[in-house]
Amino acid sequence: MSEPVESGAAPAPSPVTLGQIFATFLLIGATSFGGGVVAYLRGGLVGKRRWIDDRTFVELLSISQTLPGLNATNMAVLVGDRLRGAPGAIAAICGICLPGALLMYTVGMLYHEHGDRPLVTAMLHGVAAAAVGLILATTVQLGRKSVDGAVDLVFVLLAVIGVNGLHLSVPYVLLGVGALAIFWHRPRGTSDGEGGR
Amino acid sequence: MNQIGALIRVFAYLSLLTVGGGMAAFPELEILTVNVHHWLTFPQLIHLYSVGQMAPGPNMMMIVSIGEWVAGLGGALAVLIAFFLPTALFAFASGRVWRRLEKWPWRSSIQRGLAPVSIGLLLAGCLAIAKGALTGAVTVSIMVVVCAILLRSRINPALLVLGGALVGLVALR
Repeated sequence: MSEPVESGAAPAPSPVTLGQIFATFLLIGATSFGGGVVAYLRGGLVGKRRWIDDRTFVELLSISQTLPGLNATNMAVLVGDRLRGAPGAIAAICGICLPGALLMYTVGMLYHEHGDRPLVTAMLHGVAAAAVGLILATTVQLGRKSVDGAVDLVFVLLAVIGVNGLHLSVPYVLLGVGALAIFWHRPRGTSDGEGGR
Repeated sequence: MNQIGALIRVFAYLSLLTVGGGMAAFPELEILTVNVHHWLTFPQLIHLYSVGQMAPGPNMMMIVSIGEWVAGLGGALAVLIAFFLPTALFAFASGRVWRRLEKWPWRSSIQRGLAPVSIGLLLAGCLAIAKGALTGAVTVSIMVVVCAILLRSRINPALLVLGGALVGLVALR
């Protein structure tokens, strides 16, 4: 954990082929119904195939959550890169995106044609309400893991108030509250690398 | 052509806001696609977004539907590339740099600082969609029941969303 590694950037040579990477991510992209892609990724990459170990998975996941971009595609890029460099990253992201993209392309066309039928509208109304419940549950579960203490809760509230209450646009809130929160969690107690205190 | 340019600009911009998850970009998604460009109505956006939550894979694939509505297959492809390429390149570069920054003290500050902010942005997105999706006692009950079940069990969420569709079919006509 602490020793500096010189061997550096090049991903470790591995017997995994690009075809296998594409096929694995395609399968995850086609079967991960109902959100929660992360759980499917863990099952597919750490569990069944042992392509990466659990510690690496958690580390890559925390990078994915910090960066802009969806967790699923960020994970695909990071894992693909670890396995086979840039071509691996491309194979992985194409695989995980393809099934959902084809499905939503078709669904979009169908909805465009039949979306105004009362039965469809009633059904989608129910779907939307359930989706809000799903999104809220996912956010709460994520928050339980990553929100630590009362001050973090204040940052959560500031972001919510900024977007929903003050109607500030998301980038301002992200940069403003983000900078504040990063500064709050700034490195402390080390002698070097810090200006005044 | 004009529309494809607009699609690319909008979705490349939106992709950079998805810190923590796609939901974080929802308030801006609503403003840009509904109010600014009039590509679809707010109820249509909510319907597509909710159906997209059930689809497998990355949970923002409903953007493909918007691209298709606006400019056909070309629009769908433009949206896909605009939305996923910038963040993919960013993730690729960061993934390589990140490992070298293991001893950089600000690395964990950034992670710990952005975590609560991204939760806040996800909640803000959730509220924005709830405003349109929760219209009465039935929809609020569906939402509460689904959320409560998911927090207590490991059932596949897609089944609950389908359940929501059935309740809607019976009670929301």
